[in-house]
Amino acid sequence: MSYGGGELLGDISLTLSPGSFHFLTGPSGAGKTTFLKLCYGALVPTAGHIRLFGSDLRDMSRDDVALARRRIGVVHQDVKFLDHLPVADNVALPLTVSGRDRSAEAENLSELLNWVGLSKRAGALPAELSGGERQRAALARAVIMSPEVILADEPTGNIDWEMSQRLLQLLVELNRMGKTIMIATHDMNLIRAAKSQVQARVLRISQRRLQAAGADL
Amino acid sequence: MKPDLSRITEFLAGDVAADRLVPPTGFTARLTVFAAAAMAFLTVFALALSLATGRLADRWSDELARASTLRISSPMDQRAAQTAAALRLLETTPGVASARALSEEEQRALLEPWFGPDLPVAALPIPQLIEVIEDETGYDPAGLRLRLAAEVPGAVLDDHTRWRRPLVTAADRLRLLGWLSIGLIGATTAAMITLAAQAALAANAQVIAVLRLVGARDGYIARAFVRRFTLRALGGAALGTALGMAAVLLLPAAQAEAGFLTGLGFQGWHWIWPLVIPPLGGAVAFVATRHAAQRTLRELS
Repeated sequence: MSYGGGELLGDISLTLSPGSFHFLTGPSGAGKTTFLKLCYGALVPTAGHIRLFGSDLRDMSRDDVALARRRIGVVHQDVKFLDHLPVADNVALPLTVSGRDRSAEAENLSELLNWVGLSKRAGALPAELSGGERQRAALARAVIMSPEVILADEPTGNIDWEMSQRLLQLLVELNRMGKTIMIATHDMNLIRAAKSQVQARVLRISQRRLQAAGADL
Repeated sequence: MKPDLSRITEFLAGDVAADRLVPPTGFTARLTVFAAAAMAFLTVFALALSLATGRLADRWSDELARASTLRISSPMDQRAAQTAAALRLLETTPGVASARALSEEEQRALLEPWFGPDLPVAALPIPQLIEVIEDETGYDPAGLRLRLAAEVPGAVLDDHTRWRRPLVTAADRLRLLGWLSIGLIGATTAAMITLAAQAALAANAQVIAVLRLVGARDGYIARAFVRRFTLRALGGAALGTALGMAAVLLLPAAQAEAGFLTGLGFQGWHWIWPLVIPPLGGAVAFVATRHAAQRTLRELS
C-alpha cells in the first residue's frame, strides 16, 4: 500500500471481521491516522487495494465512498463540528445529510444523547463543550446511523483518564452490540483496560509494516 | 432539454435542515445581493435601449421603405402635363397604392426650415414633387424608372434607399450594442457570483470536511451552497429590476418634438421583458455557483 510519493505500508493483508475489536498502535508519525483515513476512504491508495464492504476503494465513485461512510462511524482526536449548530443538530448530522426524517429519529437521538451523558447539553454550541464532552458528542455522531464499523483516531488524546475510561466503556458497549471497532492510540493503559473487558487484537505500525503485537501488552 | 418543473420547485422550496448546514456569511451574502441588483438595474436600461432602437429601426425602415418621391424637373410650361402623365403612369403601376402631387403649400412647408416662411414657391424653378405610397407587395423600382424614362423624361424617382440604409444600419447597430451590453452584464454577474461563491466555499472548508466525514455526497453539499446563492441572486435581481422599471417609468413620455430620446422606455407588451431578468439572474447564479462548487469540491478532495 502506498500513498503520495513513497511507500507507506507493505505486505499487508488485513480484514476487519464483523464484531472484532482492534487497536492500532505505533510511534507518533508512524502513519496510524493515514491508515485510518485510507480505511474510510478519505485517502485513496496509489498502490494496493482497500475493499470497503466488498468494493475496491479505487473503483468507487465519490458518491459510493460517501454512501460507504454512512456505514462507518469516525471519531477524531481533534474532532470537528459545525460550530453554528447546537450539539443535538451536530449529533444528528449524519441523519440530515442522508435525508432521514429527524422527527422520526427524535427518540433515538434523545436516547443517544442520554447514553453519552449529554442530554443536558443538547442545546449548547460545540464551543461551549469541554474536551470530554466533545469526544462523547463525536462518538454519538459516529454511531447515530448505527454503523457497522467505528474508527477512532486517538479518541482519548485530549481528555483526562477518567473521561478516557468512560469513552472506552462506550466503545466496549458498542462492540458488545456487534460493532467492529478500530482505535488508533499510543495509550498503553487504555489498551490494557480494554483487553481486560473485551477480546481485542493489537496491531502495530512499525518500519512501514503492520505487525500483530499482542504478547508484550 | 426540457426543464423538470418539479425539480425546480423542489430546489426553490429547499430543505430547511440542509439549509442550516451552511453558516450564514454576511459579506458574500451582501455582495451577491448587491451585484445581482445592480446588474439587473443596468440590464433594464440596456433592454429599454435595445427595444427602443429596434422600434426606431423598424419605423424608419417601414416609413421610408413604403414612401418614394418622384421629382418632375421639366421646364415650367411642360410641368403640368408631365405631372399628369406621371400620375397616370403611377396609377397603372403594380405595387403602387397611391400617388399624389404635393401642393404649393406642402412644398413650401418642406422648404421652410431652410428658406423661411415667405418663400415664393411659384416664382422659383422648384421641381414638382409627387408622393408615391407602395402597397404591401411594393413596386419594381428599376421597371418604373424605365417606364418613366420612356414616358415622362423629366421625372426622377427617389425610392429613399440611400437615406434609409445608413439610418437603419445605425439603429440596428445600436440594438446590437444593447444586446451585447446585456450579454456582458450577464457574464459579469456570473463572474462576481462565482467569486463570491468560491470565497464562501473556501471559508467553509471545515464545514465541507465535516459533511463529507458524516457521509454527505458532494451533490448534497453543492446544492446547499448553490441554493443559497441562487436565492440571493434572484432576490437581488428582483429588487434591481423593480427599481430599474420604476426609473424607466419616470422617463419622459415619447414626444415627436424630442425625437428618439423621449422614446427610450418600454411600450405595450414590451413591459413584460424586464420580468424575465430576475429568473434569468437566478439561472446565471445557479450555473455559476454550481460550477464553482463542483470545482472547489474536486479541489478539496
